[in-house]
Amino acid sequence: MTTTTGPHPTRRLILQGAASVALIGLGNLLFAASPARAAANDKYPEEAFKQKSEADAIKALYGKTAEPSDKVKLDAPEIAENGGVVPVSVTTTLDKVTSISFFVAENPFALAASYKIADGTIPGVANRLKMAKTTKLVAIVEADGKLYSATKEVKVTVGGCGG
Amino acid sequence: MASSIRVRATSNGDITEVQALIQHPMDTGLVKNPNGELIPAHYIKELKFECNGKDVFVANWGTAVSKDPYVKFSFKGAKKGDELKISWTDNKGGSDTTTAKIA
Repeated sequence: MTTTTGPHPTRRLILQGAASVALIGLGNLLFAASPARAAANDKYPEEAFKQKSEADAIKALYGKTAEPSDKVKLDAPEIAENGGVVPVSVTTTLDKVTSISFFVAENPFALAASYKIADGTIPGVANRLKMAKTTKLVAIVEADGKLYSATKEVKVTVGGCGG
Repeated sequence: MASSIRVRATSNGDITEVQALIQHPMDTGLVKNPNGELIPAHYIKELKFECNGKDVFVANWGTAVSKDPYVKFSFKGAKKGDELKISWTDNKGGSDTTTAKIA
């Protein structure tokens, strides 16, 4: 674009400028939308595991917010004598479940574990987690593209000597 | 060398129940050793279960999963005698794989 011979050179330049700005804007939008799909692809969700707060971790993993549901059943002890080994499990009656994740609110990093549920796999999982202190435990079930959560408070008495 | 993975997969008609126990330190990177030095983070990031050429269950783990992790789940579509392949990779590039026959 060294010579402009048209009758309204400035107008044309402005239009071109506007078009490229629009394109860049579109590019940004696509880029911004990609973390939302992070949970659906096969990559390890590195960013989500680095988030300190539970809300940020949910956002980094799924890109959306969850609504509490009584169809998500979270099983965890009321009192955990050893915060290093807390057995927790989730079951759900929801359909089309694609993933289940566990968040421990007061841990240094909130996201503890995230499971991808394939077609034909029963939507439920049991595992053992570490908890730094008495905390809120959140389980999130992704079903049919939506997020559903269940929450439970777990009292952690490290080594059984109060806390 | 004995495998770090212990698996029990039992078929109950259409549903196969899987329990796995893996030997791994799962160090968080936040704990100090007796000399006051931080023990570097060392944890399993991904654990995968495959059956008949299909991923049936994939776990992405952070440091908050307990030492010597345990996991239990169930899936449909396999029968007695089918092979279940289990593999994990950790943050230091370590890995292990084993197969188990569904009983």
